[in-house]
Amino acid sequence: MSLVARAKYHGGYSVFGRALLRAERIRSERQLAKPGFWRSEHQAPPLNVAPRLKELISRHYLKGRFAEGARKVAWVTSGAPIEFLTALDYFLIYPENHAAVCGIRRTAEELCGVAEDAGWSRDTCSYARTDFGAMLSGRTPVGKLPAPDLLVCCTNICQTVLFWYRVLADHFKVPLVVIDTPFVYRKVGDHDTAFVQRQLEEGIAVAERVAERDMDMARLRQVTVAARDAVKLWSEVMARGAHKPAPLTAFDQFIHMAPIVEMRGQAFTVEYYRAMLAELDERIEKGVGALKEERRRLVWDNLPVWHRLSWLSKRLAARGVALVASTYTNAWGELAELIDPDRPLESAAACYIHPILNLGTGRKLDTIKRLVLDFDADGVILHSDRSCKPYSIGQVDQRARLASEIGAPSLLLEADHNDPRAFSEEQATARLDAFLEILDA
Amino acid sequence: MSDAALLGIGIDAGSTTTKVVAVDAAGTLRWHRLEPTDPRMEQQTTRLLAEARQVAGDDVLPAVATGYGRALVSGADRKVTEITCHARGVHRALGRGGTLVDIGGQDSKIVRITDAGRVEHFAMNDKCAAGTGRFLEVVAGRLGYDLDKLSAEALAADGEVAISSTCTVFAESEMISLIARGHPVEHIVRGLVRSLVKRVSALARSTGVHAPLMISGGVAHSAAVRTFLGEELKLPVELPPQPQLMGAYGAALIALGKRKA
Repeated sequence: MSLVARAKYHGGYSVFGRALLRAERIRSERQLAKPGFWRSEHQAPPLNVAPRLKELISRHYLKGRFAEGARKVAWVTSGAPIEFLTALDYFLIYPENHAAVCGIRRTAEELCGVAEDAGWSRDTCSYARTDFGAMLSGRTPVGKLPAPDLLVCCTNICQTVLFWYRVLADHFKVPLVVIDTPFVYRKVGDHDTAFVQRQLEEGIAVAERVAERDMDMARLRQVTVAARDAVKLWSEVMARGAHKPAPLTAFDQFIHMAPIVEMRGQAFTVEYYRAMLAELDERIEKGVGALKEERRRLVWDNLPVWHRLSWLSKRLAARGVALVASTYTNAWGELAELIDPDRPLESAAACYIHPILNLGTGRKLDTIKRLVLDFDADGVILHSDRSCKPYSIGQVDQRARLASEIGAPSLLLEADHNDPRAFSEEQATARLDAFLEILDA
Repeated sequence: MSDAALLGIGIDAGSTTTKVVAVDAAGTLRWHRLEPTDPRMEQQTTRLLAEARQVAGDDVLPAVATGYGRALVSGADRKVTEITCHARGVHRALGRGGTLVDIGGQDSKIVRITDAGRVEHFAMNDKCAAGTGRFLEVVAGRLGYDLDKLSAEALAADGEVAISSTCTVFAESEMISLIARGHPVEHIVRGLVRSLVKRVSALARSTGVHAPLMISGGVAHSAAVRTFLGEELKLPVELPPQPQLMGAYGAALIALGKRKA
């Protein structure tokens, strides 16, 4: 690592950048506190912790701008075990989260186009295409993405990542660690966990070599404690949606999930969710809902439609419909019990084999049913996501079984999490409106 | 027109045609207009609505708008989706529940209607012209046929060529290459209608088909579509009178209900 890069990192991020972002956060907090600032007829103002969230995300990407040469950088999949990387002081980039930022900022379509010009099919996941587009063009709404020193790909979310990360490895000419998590049809066997643990151990050896330092097991334990605490708090945050009116919606969760995904294992993430939880409890105490009038409660399945997040949240809010839970955000909170800091590797192996997309579709159906019942929801929106086949498969049967087994009506909403060209606002509107008419009939 | 006073108006601003109907106190369809949808939809619907109100002799007569252009119908008291309106119209016209297949110009829908007339669930085609009226329009246009001729030829054909493409654009080029290979046009036409029906039937099967099968929308006029649909889903197909007006009719019934409420 170069001294110049480290000096720039220190000056640009640690000294100036942080101070600047802090000032920006304070300014936003003051603005939020001004009476009359919030004018929405249907939605409550953003949570008071929102400026802190923005500060955390901005700090993350600002670090990224100065990280190259100053810190080791790993690019990882959203379901990858990262505790060992954080313990080795890697700076982490999540191409999926970055792609979602591109989706929200409406630059994903252009980046997908760059990937398509280079030969990738439009049938490839729009996150992968966004990432390839950013990789090839260097364009990103976050300023600059640091090139990776290491790639870590875990197959617990899909098989696309296996090919996606080979492309990255070929482009950046850096080592690729693959953690292959056997798909769980019914039950996890000891041999499955042992297999994943072995790969983790091998992955640590590669990461140590690239980082030119040895793993400090005490530090790994500390990171695992922070990860577990944050996951528990995140799970509590989501559970608050069961209150009526719900103090937060799944739209809030889609935004506030950034730290649990990309800053897990950090003390500041634990602090952040503690503050968020306290604020939600305050809302509950005062009877404040995320919607000014909550008429209906729905559960969301699958990734969000990032490029239409605001459109959809406003549209539903105007009809008094609160999305009170989602299987997607739930995935980062449901495994807290499996994390054991005293057995960081064994428990990581058990934990990372269990995400919702690595389990049979029956398990996902059980999760949706549980969310509908626990959150007293009136129905379900099943986002049939053109780009995410593993998440969307089985939804037609799930729709039928939700109706026959728990009497919950559901809507299949066709869209794509990041490619606006695979979304028709007219058709989505017709389906949503008709579904709400059924609920009101 | 009729002696019965008109008490509710429904307007269906569809992607291909715009329909306005008016019903009497008993909910009987007494008056209607049907026009190709004008790109200046707002002016068109305003004019049609004014005409209906003038015929009824009541310039504040309740009106419900439906169809893709419903948001643009500024004179309507309420906007309701085509799914609810078609279900309402067909349930009233046929007097029972079942599985409604509505094939419109821009989309096709499968609506499960309970015996009480409630929509239990529905499915719609994805973002694609396959399985919609547009598919037939494109292939008919290519052959220089109108939809009636297309339907008649498909039914009369003594053979059928399988069309593998469900994509409208690819089906069109497949049709041209089949003609070039010397297949009789009527065999190809029969294959094309079959391909549309197969697409719609797959959508219907995904939601579960409950007898009877009912059909509405402009494409319901095609005897070939009705026949093939019945064959494909192995159920008789019931056709309401004036299937193309069912959306507007359902909207008018909702307007009438609103008046009574």
